[in-house]
Amino acid sequence: MSTTTYLISGAALPDGSRTDILLKDGLIAELGTGLSAAGAERIDANGLVALPGLVDLHTHLREPGYEQSETVLSGTRAAAAGGFTAVFAMANTSPVADTAGVVEQVLSLGEQSGYATVQPIGAVTVGLGGERLAELGAMAASRARVRVFSDDGSCVWDPVLMRRALEYVKSFDGVIAQHAQEPRLTVGAQMNEGAVSGELGLTGWPAVAEESIIARDVLLAEHVGSRLHICHVSTAGSVDVLRWAKARGIRVTAEVTPHHLLLDEELVRSFDARYKVNPPLRRREDVLALREALADGTIDIVATDHAPHPVESKDCEWDAAANGMVGLESALSVVHASVVETDQLGWADVARVLSSAPAAIGRISSHGQGIVAGASAQVTLYDPNASRDFSTADLAGQGVNSPYIGRTLPGRVLATFHNGAATVLDGMLRPSDEVGAASQKAAHV
Amino acid sequence: MSARVVLQQADITRALTRISHEIIESNRGAENLVLLGIPTRGVILADRIAAIISGITETPIEAGSLDVTMYRDDLAKHPTRTPSPTRIPASGVDGKTVVLVDDVLYSGRTIRAALDAIGDFGRPRAVRLAALVDRGHRELPIRPDFVGKNLPSAQTERINVRLAELDGADLVSIDSAAG
Amino acid sequence: MRHLLSTRDLGREGAIRLLDVAEDMADTQQREVKKLPTLRGKTVVNLFFEDSTRTRISFEAAAKRLSADVINFSAKGSSVSKGESLKDTAQTLQAMGADAVVIRHPASGAPQTLATSGWIDAGILNAGDGTHEHPTQALLDAFTIRKRVHGDASRGRGLDGLSVTIVGDILHSRVARSNVWLLTTLGATVTLVAPPTLVPVDTRLWPVTVGYDLDEAITAGPDVVMMLRIQAERMHDAFFPNTREYARRWGLGDGRLARLEPTTIVMHPGPMNRGLEISAAAADSPMSTVREQVTNGVSVRMAALYLLLSGDREN
Repeated sequence: MSTTTYLISGAALPDGSRTDILLKDGLIAELGTGLSAAGAERIDANGLVALPGLVDLHTHLREPGYEQSETVLSGTRAAAAGGFTAVFAMANTSPVADTAGVVEQVLSLGEQSGYATVQPIGAVTVGLGGERLAELGAMAASRARVRVFSDDGSCVWDPVLMRRALEYVKSFDGVIAQHAQEPRLTVGAQMNEGAVSGELGLTGWPAVAEESIIARDVLLAEHVGSRLHICHVSTAGSVDVLRWAKARGIRVTAEVTPHHLLLDEELVRSFDARYKVNPPLRRREDVLALREALADGTIDIVATDHAPHPVESKDCEWDAAANGMVGLESALSVVHASVVETDQLGWADVARVLSSAPAAIGRISSHGQGIVAGASAQVTLYDPNASRDFSTADLAGQGVNSPYIGRTLPGRVLATFHNGAATVLDGMLRPSDEVGAASQKAAHV
Repeated sequence: MSARVVLQQADITRALTRISHEIIESNRGAENLVLLGIPTRGVILADRIAAIISGITETPIEAGSLDVTMYRDDLAKHPTRTPSPTRIPASGVDGKTVVLVDDVLYSGRTIRAALDAIGDFGRPRAVRLAALVDRGHRELPIRPDFVGKNLPSAQTERINVRLAELDGADLVSIDSAAG
Repeated sequence: MRHLLSTRDLGREGAIRLLDVAEDMADTQQREVKKLPTLRGKTVVNLFFEDSTRTRISFEAAAKRLSADVINFSAKGSSVSKGESLKDTAQTLQAMGADAVVIRHPASGAPQTLATSGWIDAGILNAGDGTHEHPTQALLDAFTIRKRVHGDASRGRGLDGLSVTIVGDILHSRVARSNVWLLTTLGATVTLVAPPTLVPVDTRLWPVTVGYDLDEAITAGPDVVMMLRIQAERMHDAFFPNTREYARRWGLGDGRLARLEPTTIVMHPGPMNRGLEISAAAADSPMSTVREQVTNGVSVRMAALYLLLSGDREN
């Protein structure tokens, strides 16, 4: 029955201590120095950081419906390559994940893939239409046990509907993940509204369109006593609103994407559509405010908003291009470059914002437990001293719309273990049949 | 790089004077004569010749400039050339004897372009060509009517014409690359 | 010059060079035979994704007077998805051997995308992209101002010491943007006057002064007043209440015209809404350069095509 046993030797834990790690039967069996185990495959982790398997609360896997952009299999391969062991799959598929049937389908596709745990997110409203509540209870009670609901891509704009959704999910400890974008203020928006948009003649996406929705929703969350999560926070003003809300004790959590931590709107001057994303790249001041907010806990987690697109959706004029960037494969390196190299976050913080905190917000128990004996074996080995010229060869999903191609990024994921099985070894993805088979076996333990 | 002086100021003045006399002789006077210099130094030479002819014949002679950049057939082979202004005397070229004036006559392609350019201004009775230096190596069936000095030269050499109005002194030299 | 995409990246020297070549081109347009053999054998494609008969015929006349072969390609209303069609069209033109592509496109940045995409080797000339830039319009405006002020002594000069007031829908105007960069590069002082709703929200980095009061701007005695076309549709998006109020507050009516010095140059890129942003009297007064602008447009576009297409391709 058993899967391969791995003995990782000499890894540095996020707190800096060095240890051997024994992975056996899907669990972290033992920690300590000088461990030995008969028949175990040994992995020399000298100089590597062992992080708990990363958890992404915001991934677009595109399946069902947009398999030309990404599938659950290709998306979870991208996840594994980036050191992730769990991804939350956004609901904007076709059909939309607004019923128990669709979320269960996505769940099983994830189980077959085996590269990462796929936790479906349910839509808040039917068809993301913003008019009627989707069957939130049925999705929560389904085999997929949905706890995060989001219309991501669209804002739940109607304040009454937002209030009802926040109230309704209380009965099963759910959370509404809001895509904060006031729709009327962002009609035709192409980039951050400010000095650069004025110059380039691109329709602006003003910061106030995000901040006003966050302000409204934290007040609604306070009023009804519910849990609220804010997706991809992108402005300094949003950080201020969140800081105020948290000080008041409002139960709000927030995420920032890796790209909003590193890139700014100046890149749009190239009119290179790889830099087109929603919310848009903001000013340098915003980037710096987001880093600080992540460091001081105002922003709880980093989530990728991995958004693959076919080549033709980006190989065109700016206005016609699709919003979004792929991010799973590069996330850890970008976090490394933007907040670790600046000494704002240590590796223990990285483990929190990319593993334990997102798992806690999304209420999944098999991930985010950290590297402790007895926890499920979700482990990522990262070489913080490596450096790579990021290229399409570093991308494992179907999308090549990465803004980092041609940039030098620090670090490299050398191994990923999902439920004790290797999905990445020696920096290379393991083959699909091996990973799929290991996953099926683990399911029958 | 070595430079050899072939014409001094006095030589140049003598050559222009002789050319002026030849023009008057061939035109049987200064009637209906228009001098058009080809920028840059051809224009200066045309002005000087016009002044000499006026002095001899006591008739005002019209001189202008004819830029041929837009008519060249080698535009794509060199960095972009900036055109110079064209000034055609007010009475035009129709029925006139036009004397084109250039500093150095070489392949003949500039003159070919000039003939095309003149055609766009009207129909002269005749077009003549005056050059301070003829260095040979013609690529077209074009020959000068009035020449200051024949200077057989190698194609690797460069004929350098300097005129006081532009360069501070009158001088013609041959620069040969690599000695 | 490899491409002409914007005036922002045009230096003073380059701009004056182009205007000087345009002077030479203008001179040739006085001749009996206006056609020059300069671009014989070159193919210029007018690729218009947006209707603009005026701009197209101006470019067409310019190319034809330089003896280039002209292909007009109107891609508006194409059923292909917007994005794919730009790439596919570019590759088609590449296969046909276009030497220059004059592109008008509703999306800001489309000419730059074309120039940097690698889809096509031709020189790209921006004939207006979205609300971004319209460089040849600004160049012809600068040419017209210089000619009015300096006459035959224009060559080699900039616009130093002149004050230019641009009035109207700055937010949506590619003409205004191109003029802001070019006129200031040439040494002019630029003031923008518009309803606050029609000015970009952040113009701190623009080398201009922004005001909202046209009467104040006229009192300041500008050398040039440039009126921009106002789209009546803008009032539906609440940029201003209605056309009457706009004309009253930001139109160059007869009263304001009378308060201008008689030497003031009144400009409009056309087509004009007479009675809205400019009165008939202002448009037809001797101060107006509206018709000169059209004439100069051909010379400036000849100069741009010449600099783009002659000479070995620089990068």
